Parts: sequence; C-alpha cells; structure tokens
Amino acid sequence: MPVKVENLTHVYMKDSVFEHVAIDNISFEIQDGEFIGIIGHTGSGKSTLIQHLNGLLKPSSGKVFIDGEELGSKEVQMKKIRQKVGLVFQYPEQQLFEETVYKDVAFGPRNLGLSEDEVEERVRKAIELVGLDFNSISSVSPFELSGGQKRRVAIAGVLAMEPKVLILDEPAAGLDPRGRDEILRGFKTLHETQKITVLLVSHSMEDIANLVDKVLVMNRGKIAFFDTPRNVFKEADALEKIGLGVPQVTYLVRELRKKGFSVADCINIDEAKNELLKLFKR
Amino acid sequence: MIKDITIGQYIPGDTIIHNLDPRIKIIITFVFITLLFFVGNYFSYLYIIAFMGLAIVLSKISPKFIIRGLKPLIVIIALTVILNVFMTQGEVIYRIWRLSITREGLYQAGFMGLRLIFLITGASLLTLTTSPIALTDGIEKLLSPLKRIGVPAHELAMMMTIALRFIPTLLEETDKIMKAQMARGADFETGNLINRARAMVPLLVPLFISAFRRADELALAMEARCYRGGEKRTRMKQLKLEFRDYGGMLITAAVCFLVIWSR
Repeated sequence: MPVKVENLTHVYMKDSVFEHVAIDNISFEIQDGEFIGIIGHTGSGKSTLIQHLNGLLKPSSGKVFIDGEELGSKEVQMKKIRQKVGLVFQYPEQQLFEETVYKDVAFGPRNLGLSEDEVEERVRKAIELVGLDFNSISSVSPFELSGGQKRRVAIAGVLAMEPKVLILDEPAAGLDPRGRDEILRGFKTLHETQKITVLLVSHSMEDIANLVDKVLVMNRGKIAFFDTPRNVFKEADALEKIGLGVPQVTYLVRELRKKGFSVADCINIDEAKNELLKLFKR
Repeated sequence: MIKDITIGQYIPGDTIIHNLDPRIKIIITFVFITLLFFVGNYFSYLYIIAFMGLAIVLSKISPKFIIRGLKPLIVIIALTVILNVFMTQGEVIYRIWRLSITREGLYQAGFMGLRLIFLITGASLLTLTTSPIALTDGIEKLLSPLKRIGVPAHELAMMMTIALRFIPTLLEETDKIMKAQMARGADFETGNLINRARAMVPLLVPLFISAFRRADELALAMEARCYRGGEKRTRMKQLKLEFRDYGGMLITAAVCFLVIWSR
C-alpha cells in the first residue's frame, strides 16, 4: 500500500494569535512494505504528519494519497481509509474503555461490520500478535492489567483492524527495557510476516538503527533527511544541530577513529562488535 | 471543532485590559452582567455596545475569536429567541398555522438575544484577558472579607482556578481520544440520537478515567510541595490599584448611569 504526500502544509489555529505552521510544504513517497522510521525534535511536526495519513487531520494545502486514492476527495470513504491505515497514538492505553479485553479489541472489527465469527478470529489473532495469551486474558478487565499489558491490548485493538499500513507513535515510550524490546520485535515480525508497511515514530536512535529501512527526519515542519539509517547517521553534526543525535555506538566508533583507529561507521552493536574484533585481530 | 470553545481560555497580551487589576475586572464584569438586566430599551444597548466595543478594541483580541466563542451556545440563543417570538402575547402581525408572531414578541426576542450575547461575550472577555492565576488572586481577595463568617475563600478560589485551568486540557484530551477511537472506526457524526449517545461511551469512559487520574496526580503534586490551603500564605505579586483601574471604574460607572438614566 504505497503512501504518497504531495506539498503538504498544515497550519494550526489559522488567523489567531496561536497560528502555527506545523508542516511546511513537504513531499515524500513510501513504497509498499517498507519499514520507515520518523524522527524529529519535539514539535517538529511528526504527530501532525502521521494524523494526515489516515485523514484525522485535513491538509491546509497539499494532497495525501493512500494506494493511489486522494484523501478528502468525495469518492473516498474515510472509514475504509482508517481500516487500511492503522494508527497507534502515543500512550494508547488511555483509550481503553470496555469491560473486558476481548470487547475492547473487538471494538474496531465490530465497527467494520464484520460477522461475530470473523470478529473473534481477528481478536484472537491480534491478541496473540502482541504476545498475550488469548484464553487467559480475553475476559479480564483491561483496567486490571499492568501498564505494559494495557499498552499491548490497546495496540491489539488497532491490529485487529488488519491495517495494510501501520503507524506507531512512540509505541515503546514509558515501558521497561524488556517490554520495549518485546513490543518492537513484535512489530518487526509483523512487518516481515504480514508484509505490511510500518511507520515508526521514535526518539530512540538505537531502535531506528535496528529496525527501519529508511528514516524520515523532520525539522520545524520540513523534511531534513529521508534516507537509509546508515546514510542519515553519517550526518551526526547536522542531526545534533536539530536537537537529535546518532546511536551511542556510532559516537563511540567516531571517537575511536578520531583517536587514530581505522574503523568503519557503525549504526548498531553487532556491526561495532565486528569492527572491534577486526581491530584486535590485526 | 472542539477547539472553538473559547470560554475559560486565556490569550496572553500586554494591553490595558490585560493589565487591569483582576479584582476590578471581576467587579466590572459582574456590574456589566447585572447592568444587562437593567437595559430598558434598544437605545440603551448602544451604550452597552460602545462599552463592549471599547473593551474588545483595547484588549486587541480579534473579534473573530470572540464570535467563535458564541458558536457552541448558538442553540441556547436560538431557542430563547424562537420561544420569545412565538410565546409573547400582543398585537399579531403574522400567523403561521396556530403560531402567531406578535410585534411585542419580535421586540422581546431581539432584546433577549442581545442580552444573552453580551452576557457571554462579557464573561468570556474576562477569562480571555485574565490569566487563571490573576483570576484566583482576584476572587480570593474579593471573597476574603467573608472569611470571618466561615467562607473558605482561598479554597473556593483554588477550586475555580483548577477547574478553569483544566478546561483546555480536557478539551485537548477529548480531541485526542476521539481521534484514537476514530482510527478504530468509531463514528461520532452520523446516526440517530440513540446511536450517537452510545457512540459517546468509548469517548467518555477514557475521559473520566483520565480526569480522575489527573485530579489524583495534581493533589499529590500539590501536597508534595507542602500546599496546605490559604493559611498564612503570602504573595509575590501584591495587588495594587493603579490609575487605569480607577479609569476603568469611572467608565463603568458612567455607562451604568447612562443605561439606567435612559430607561
């Protein structure tokens, strides 16, 4: 499901003292099945951008195409778009409302008007995709769960819509290291097995380096870079200027090189390990 | 859509209206609202319009913003006008089926409509130009003489500020939860009344939960900073009346006199 954005601009509270240009004339294209990372300083327009991709916000000007269809044109049904493009907001556990986990996850599929059998199948699949046990958890109240489990249930609620494009706004924020690893690995598996397009907003350069095919770097409503993590993380100085950075190992390897060791640029631990081993063998 | 509600929102600025002493601003607003009920004829509204217009111009708040604040209350205004048009007895000038429009009805309806509009704009101008902190200070100071008869002035003022402070936060939260549920296919805009009411459940449950959680966290944060009510609290900024405050009072008094005199 290709996603295309053309000259998109979004202005908040136009014509008031609070007028603020959140997105300033950006264009980009995402191919089918890509895993895209979105990084940017707080207030750089990431959240505004992703809300355009399933039509929750309307562009002030410019166009958004999902699968070749322009959002906002009369022939396109918003409900269908929202089924194709699943959006997991920051702290999604705050939207839980049903009495049981099953009912909450089933909210989306039921809105799609599916039969009860299909709903159950989807709910089972979604709960298992996020690494929870369907039989033991489906009749529990979501409010009795721990923070990490709540997060998973909320994410399952979006996965149950079976979107073709999955947008995640900092899905691991506030989780412990293990929970964060499990959840992120889950998305990677999902991306590989179901061949869906994933957009991941994150503040962790490590996660970005480990997971994504391409990184979209936002700065003050504009795109600063849109390239592979390897190419983007070469621009450490430029990234720092816009309040971002590169993975810790990348810094380490850079420092080593400054001290005269001959090591290549690395973006994750494994690469760095190999480089260092090579160094020792020499 | 949800951001259109301007009541309780504060627009920072550095104008004479913004800088008026909050006590004076509150008193002026109350006098103004009371005065609206003393308006005896359409001619007197000219004074009210001039007064309100002067305040809005001086506050440098775009009239668009103030008009937008009226939108959510348009139903109440419309209902008042319609009821007045049809329900007032008097000289009939037009008849539709069993309803009759009277001259007195039209007169009365316009009158009531204007009264409501000024009531709302007056009250929202107060909150638009006064920061919540200044507002509490004002309320507290005004109520403090009543402390002697057991009125918890400080607590009341604190509760009011907290309520005002959280209106925009809750609106933002509503917006966010609405979007999250819409992303899961929820539909808040179509269907009949019952379906629409049921569609509110996925919105209201998370909203209430987060409101309670916020209240809890706020109480804890206040206690952690040793908040224990108004007893012996001092202020960094002491309220002091300035020349502009006397000017404001004078103008208000003049408008009161003109309105009551022209009845």
